[in-house]
Amino acid sequence: MTSSGAVAATKPSRSRPSPARFFWWVVFILGVLYFFLPLLATLLFALRSQPFLSAFTDTLTASDFWSALGYSFVIGIITIIISVVLILPTAFWVRLRVPRARPFVEFITLLPFVIPPVVIVFGLLQMYANKPLSLTTAPYGSDLLLIGAYVVLSLPYMYRSIDAGLRTLDILTLTEAAQSMGAGWGRILVQIILPNLRVSLLSGAFLTLAIVVGEYTIASFLARPAFGPFIALIGRNEAYRPAAVAIISFGLTWLAMGVIAVIGRGSRTRIRVVGAH
Amino acid sequence: MGFLDLTDVRKEFTGGTVAVEGFNLKAEKGEFVSFLGPSGCGKTTTLRMIAGFERPSSGSITVDSADITDKAPHLRNVGMVFQSYALFPNMTVAGNIGYGLRIRKRPADQIKKRVGELLELINLGGRGDRYPWQLSGGQQQRVALARALAIEPHVLLLDEPLSALDAKIRVQLREQIRTIQRQLGITTIYVTHDQEEALSLSDRIVVMSEGRIEQIGTPAQIYNFPATTFVAKFVGSLNVVTAKTVDGAAGTVTIDGLPVRTVTPFQAAVGSDVVLALRPEVVTIVGEGEAASSRTANRLHAAVDEVTFLGAVVRTRVKLPGGTTLNFDTFNDPHAVVPALGSAITIGFPAEGCLVLAD
Repeated sequence: MTSSGAVAATKPSRSRPSPARFFWWVVFILGVLYFFLPLLATLLFALRSQPFLSAFTDTLTASDFWSALGYSFVIGIITIIISVVLILPTAFWVRLRVPRARPFVEFITLLPFVIPPVVIVFGLLQMYANKPLSLTTAPYGSDLLLIGAYVVLSLPYMYRSIDAGLRTLDILTLTEAAQSMGAGWGRILVQIILPNLRVSLLSGAFLTLAIVVGEYTIASFLARPAFGPFIALIGRNEAYRPAAVAIISFGLTWLAMGVIAVIGRGSRTRIRVVGAH
Repeated sequence: MGFLDLTDVRKEFTGGTVAVEGFNLKAEKGEFVSFLGPSGCGKTTTLRMIAGFERPSSGSITVDSADITDKAPHLRNVGMVFQSYALFPNMTVAGNIGYGLRIRKRPADQIKKRVGELLELINLGGRGDRYPWQLSGGQQQRVALARALAIEPHVLLLDEPLSALDAKIRVQLREQIRTIQRQLGITTIYVTHDQEEALSLSDRIVVMSEGRIEQIGTPAQIYNFPATTFVAKFVGSLNVVTAKTVDGAAGTVTIDGLPVRTVTPFQAAVGSDVVLALRPEVVTIVGEGEAASSRTANRLHAAVDEVTFLGAVVRTRVKLPGGTTLNFDTFNDPHAVVPALGSAITIGFPAEGCLVLAD
């Protein structure tokens, strides 16, 4: 009797919402409305196309949509690979051997936030479009410039993701353990550090991909057939299709986030359990 | 020349901090040597120099007559076990143990066989497909030990491997480490700040303080005959007291004005201070009218200050007339009468149990 009475007595106080809790629910609902109302409006607008869903079907069956998306996707993948190859060893070495240089490296990686893309692209054109390099005279040259610019744009996202991942690992001890087993630096990076940064790398990679797919300024100035300029172009010429494209690209982004969540689930469990020992 | 030789090893870090100074050690093949000392005494730095993670500022390190002082860590064939296990989280238990062998490009069947043998050795047979996070701390440390042993290292280094484990597992695992080490006959350096661990595991102990070696000896030598005040204070629970010299050549002193005989002659001016170490287990309570014997050659009157029941032993603290305190242990006897606090007693100890220490 006593124990059940005690339980009954505690139940109402648990379920009674406190003012703070109510406040946070209001903030949460406002946030959800702020993010989803424009999306809902865009979806409803796209659905007004006649015949019904034609904005979506036209987009998904149009070759220009897929070629632009495909181009940006390939450029994005190459950007991610180059970013990882550059940033992973740098972040690893900074954490392991020169931690004092971290503020400086962080400052460098933040530069893309303060230098607008238009300045970057003008700088690139000034440097590489003229003789002796004249990279923009051939398409692959412009592609190289585009990738270079995107690697710079991805720096803050990729560096921070990798650095956050490295922070969760005892990289000094893992490195020394691998060295005592006979592993050199290459093996340590590829076989020990890289696999344990899977979730961080995926986060950085998807952020980079999202930036590359949506980027307009640099691709437009370099006259590359990327997805950003494609959206801008159809936005000027058509009514409902840009809204459908926005919804589809939003869906693709959510799909990518879902992939991160699914792949990362196992690793998060591991980190928690190891930390409990 | 020993199997592992450290000669005049010195380590000075940037900023001028000297971590290790004048370190000399010759460890024989198959020997188990412990580096014992408090935090910051340089024991881990010395171990890391053997592993190659730190480079000595001067001096040399040789293994089996080969100079490894400047060799990269991954070329030394030195196995290391870390306090935090340092298992690779992305690899299974078998993957961790076989990692060093895969680097050495051993055939897959050989690796599988060796991993199986080591899993049996550490009593984790059949758990090769588990991930480190699925194991307890003790099991993880056993896997780390097996991983270090898999490469058949010239020297096995253990850096406080039991510190992160609870007391019961620690005792079990240290016995297992000793058994495996004896079985494989591998030269082992073990870093610890736990005296009991060092005493129970080692063939020899190197006691360190402030980057220097205080004493090297067998556990019995270190415990029974501490060479310095530091060793006496750090190892075991010796009574370290200041005494006044009466006749150094005869080994006689006074503690709080009470005469005490030692068996070691020493050089000191009459009336000067010397430091004495007295093991708690050689001190006994002298009964009234008890005849003199060698066990109670030194007799001091004291007052009981505190009695602490520790299970198997009872530790009594007494105060001498001048305020000096001494601890002594007696085996627990349920029928024995424990001296009352404040009561006057006479304690006795042999001259052999009283050591004059260097500073």
